[in-house]
Amino acid sequence: MKKLIIRNIDQGALMKLNKILKNAFLVTLACLALSACATSKKTTGQMQGDVYTGTDTVEYLASGVPDRVFFATNESVLTTASRETLRKQAAWLRKNSDITIVLEGHADERGTREYNLALGERRANAAKDYLMTYGISSDRISVLSYGKERPVDSGSNPLSWSKNRRSVSVKAN
Amino acid sequence: MNKYLTLFLILFIPTKSLALIEVDITRGNLNPLPIAVSPLSIDNESKQNFEKILRKKNIGLEISSVIENNLKISGLFNPLNKDAFLQAPDIANLKPRFEDWNLIKAQALITGKVSFVNEKLRVEFRLWDVLAGKEMMALAFTTVPNNWRRVGHIITDKVYERLTGEKGYFDTRIIYVAEEGPKTKRIKKLAIMDQDGANNKFLTLGNELVLTPRFNPTSQMVTYLSYFRNLPRVYLLDIETGIQEVVGDFPGMTFAPRFSPDGKKIIMSFAKDGNSEIYTMDLENRIVEKITNHPSIDTSPSYSPDGKYICFNSDRSGYQQIYVMKSDGSNVKRISFGKGLYGTPVWSPRGDLIAFTKLHKGKFYIGVMRTDGKGERLLTENFYQEAPSWSPNGRVLIFYRETKTDTKGEGFSAKLWSIDLTGYNERLVNTPTDASDPSWSSLLSN
Repeated sequence: MKKLIIRNIDQGALMKLNKILKNAFLVTLACLALSACATSKKTTGQMQGDVYTGTDTVEYLASGVPDRVFFATNESVLTTASRETLRKQAAWLRKNSDITIVLEGHADERGTREYNLALGERRANAAKDYLMTYGISSDRISVLSYGKERPVDSGSNPLSWSKNRRSVSVKAN
Repeated sequence: MNKYLTLFLILFIPTKSLALIEVDITRGNLNPLPIAVSPLSIDNESKQNFEKILRKKNIGLEISSVIENNLKISGLFNPLNKDAFLQAPDIANLKPRFEDWNLIKAQALITGKVSFVNEKLRVEFRLWDVLAGKEMMALAFTTVPNNWRRVGHIITDKVYERLTGEKGYFDTRIIYVAEEGPKTKRIKKLAIMDQDGANNKFLTLGNELVLTPRFNPTSQMVTYLSYFRNLPRVYLLDIETGIQEVVGDFPGMTFAPRFSPDGKKIIMSFAKDGNSEIYTMDLENRIVEKITNHPSIDTSPSYSPDGKYICFNSDRSGYQQIYVMKSDGSNVKRISFGKGLYGTPVWSPRGDLIAFTKLHKGKFYIGVMRTDGKGERLLTENFYQEAPSWSPNGRVLIFYRETKTDTKGEGFSAKLWSIDLTGYNERLVNTPTDASDPSWSSLLSN
């Protein structure tokens, strides 16, 4: 009996605690959004958080138009830098209306093969959707996922992996 | 392939006495059973005939070596050194002198005889209980000479079954992806080999990327992913004829294929607009059915052996987890709740377990859990490993492991490994090249 009573009290306390935590979580989220993650994510060398910010592997579709965007582990969310890159690609595509592209989505080697194929597809589509909101017709963009099959960097370390989590726009014609 | 296998069971003498020797396969076996595999005896005329056809000096000895090696890699048996055998093979096969075999601590003894009969290979073998001084089993096979390795595998299966009470897994093959070249430009080919690594054969040329081959229940067909013409699609390959065809007409990537347990359907993922869903296609009437309906990634589907359920991988909770649903897509339930990410669920052929890959704190594990997600057991930990496939008797898992590269990005390799369900007997499976994505066939002689 005693045990039961204690448990009841605990549960009540827990629920309250949950509520507090939830609110705190929301506040934290809001803070994060406002500060654009600057406070929470460390910028170390060529990475912000675990998103690659360097230019080692980047190629250019035209002068000033980088061909790829990078992702955090397991994510397909476009970063501020990625959106800027894609806006440049969209402007270039609008100027060159005969060009079609393939968006090649990739994952790092730290995931199971099949899930990574799906993840690569999701990443390439995130880039595709963004290009479409900047006026590029979907019939000019095709999507191809390589999962973890085509890394650009063969290293087994966080920096190498960050270079491999990418969506690359490749001229198709 | 089965066309070439004309295997006749000629004589079958089950013994009435209860076996005194028993091998317990439910626990890690730290005391493998000492067994003597006497070279199968052969008369001179047969010897010469087989030498002409097979270019093997003593085919009786060769077959017994196949058996010995099988027994060794099972981890349950300890085949004794032939140098210590006192009795000649032909005499031992007639009537073993049990005291002699007892002296070298053999508890079981395999003897046999090979002969050349009507252009065919005839093999008889006997299994003896040394301590009880009794014959436990006697069988004979006749087949084409080229099938000599398979005879060794079938004999091992019979011995394994007699001594453990469960079906063997030796007369089986592995289909896998052979890998070569630098990590950034890997060349991948479909390859097939016997379970013990013999008879390796490449099935594709390496012109296009191929992934995740899986056998159908009769092990004559394979479904896999090919990047032919840069369009990743699920294909079907008839191993005997070499004929390939694309599965279905999907406007996007299809991947993660497997056969249904009756072999009539292929279950796979279809990805479109950033969303992967699970579909089935009936191979006879080509009817396509959508099984899952969720904006998350749903992939790596695998049927239960009775075909009533499907386990699969989804990140609908936010991260990769394992789910089970009815085969029509209803009653979706998450079953993995441990720490970490879970992928590649595969239902065991016995139906009671699901094998998986787990990622936790930067390490990869191969493990098993019950179909309700309880009783999780991790069998092996490594830098990278995934994609378990069950032996047909559900006692062994084969998977692949990749090495970490050095600071220069070199030293990468991918290899096949096997481990018993008990977590013991971890072994490298030898392949001529690097290898990944193994799939174990059913018993071919069933």
